[in-house]
Amino acid sequence: MSDTVLLSITRYDPEKHSKPVFQSYTVPYHEDWVVLDALNYIKDNLDGTLTFRWSCHMAVCGSCGMMINGEPKLLCNAFLRDYQDKTIKVEPLDGFPIERDLVVVIDSFMGKLASVKPYLIAKEERALSEGEYLQTPAQLAVFKPYTQCINCLLCYAACPQTKLNEDFIGPAALALAHRYNLDTRDGGKNARAETVTSNEGIWECTFVGACSKVCPKHVDPAAAIQQTKISASVDWFKSLLQGSRS
Amino acid sequence: MRAVSLLTRMAIDTSRTTISAPPDPWPRKKAMELGPRDRLSQAFWHEQKKARTVKTAYGDVVHLDIRHLGEKKIEERLPRVRELATTYCGVDPVRAPIPVRPVVHYFMGGIHTDIESATLVAGLFACGECACVSINGANRLGSNSLSELLVFGAFAGRNAAALATSHPLPREALAVSLARAAQARIRTLFEREGGEESTSRLRKLMTHTMETGAGIYRTRESLEETCELLTQLRDRYDRLQLEDRSNVFNTDLIQALELGSMLEVAQAIAHSALRREESRGSHQRLDYPERDDSNFLKHSLAFYRGTEPPDIDYCDVTITRSKPGKRVYGDGVP
Repeated sequence: MSDTVLLSITRYDPEKHSKPVFQSYTVPYHEDWVVLDALNYIKDNLDGTLTFRWSCHMAVCGSCGMMINGEPKLLCNAFLRDYQDKTIKVEPLDGFPIERDLVVVIDSFMGKLASVKPYLIAKEERALSEGEYLQTPAQLAVFKPYTQCINCLLCYAACPQTKLNEDFIGPAALALAHRYNLDTRDGGKNARAETVTSNEGIWECTFVGACSKVCPKHVDPAAAIQQTKISASVDWFKSLLQGSRS
Repeated sequence: MRAVSLLTRMAIDTSRTTISAPPDPWPRKKAMELGPRDRLSQAFWHEQKKARTVKTAYGDVVHLDIRHLGEKKIEERLPRVRELATTYCGVDPVRAPIPVRPVVHYFMGGIHTDIESATLVAGLFACGECACVSINGANRLGSNSLSELLVFGAFAGRNAAALATSHPLPREALAVSLARAAQARIRTLFEREGGEESTSRLRKLMTHTMETGAGIYRTRESLEETCELLTQLRDRYDRLQLEDRSNVFNTDLIQALELGSMLEVAQAIAHSALRREESRGSHQRLDYPERDDSNFLKHSLAFYRGTEPPDIDYCDVTITRSKPGKRVYGDGVP
């Protein structure tokens, strides 16, 4: 096995380049290094201009999502040893405009995230003196997997539908809406339905399931979206029976 | 590395394989195995001195054994710990002990604020890890950082909004001149030519001297050496030259600015630790191992003096329910 690794990395500085180009770097190989270690090695020792986002180095912050050899991955979760004897190609996340090198503009996602109201909307406001909003472990277990999302956007890069309709609310945001809808303390389902069941919401999903495959936190947004479709359909029929389609 | 510090909060076993077995039943509640992070780090340091730690490529480790919890409990209570250990160390804690070592994890001091999150600078509020409301005593207890952030974050936000809405906007000319001065300071760094220093080199030297001189255990000698080196590093910082001159998402510039702030904070730590001739909480001096309430039941305050090292002063401690006392765990065995 080689004691070095070759990386081919997207470079783009709007002040210098008219379009993205690739630049190659050779870094030492370490069995337990992730691609992020290699990029930090480059930044500290070879080229201080290389630009990328990262923070926690332990798959919790969601900052370092990139395309590695064409697949959406977290840099901190992709080991050099899994790309043996191959050039490692690192590109910015698919489907987002490039701001600089590996950094993408995520404003569109931030807007979508806010639009699903990803926070508890209390069923009933209570005074502090009335105590906590209680929840059983079984009630928590229903939505807990959906709380694990770290907004890394790998699911957006993997989803074919986000490429066809750039306004599609998308996997992570819809999974988060589902997470709050399932929470027994929450009463915001109707407020979220406006976005979730709109033309850019759940019905845009064609259930390819690519989002769930690439999720580093096993959130399964595809399941969340299908469950929301069922729940929204049930709600619609109920409203028909009650004769109050609003 | 943060993963490792989270792990050290739990039962750390420096003893069972290398030291004579502790009395049964074990582990016991409130025994050293459940001691807080600073005590565990200190225990690690002692084991290392006795050459009873395990050598690895990333420094010495001890083994954290949670196998007695069983797979079901580990999966239910510590799934993330299991995933981290499996992914990054290749160790499944259900089947094998996890290699752990102390790391720097949280900054317990910070910008001095009152209980309403106001700093000594009028109109400036601080909360969270950057702030010091002084609710933590000499050692923060686990998870208090979160409640501190939520409680004092609410104070800071509300008070800043109230202040901003009850005062007229600053005169535009004044605001522009202040902004220009701030920008000029950054431009000096941004455009400097012929500087021979790099951010990564200075940062490495800083972290190394803080670890060795102002780390788990400190002495006059180690702190003096660190203070001296930090003075040199701040001097060298003025000769730092950026590689990246782009105006777009310039992380080289951000890292350089962060390093400048870190060097000042490092000086505040080292100089206040040097003057604090006692041991208290996370501040442990080998040359002054006892707590000294008559001289040091005080907060240290560091004041910025430009390129000079900070001035160190003190302020009184407000003590309500929890009095300072000896921290003893189990049989008091360190």
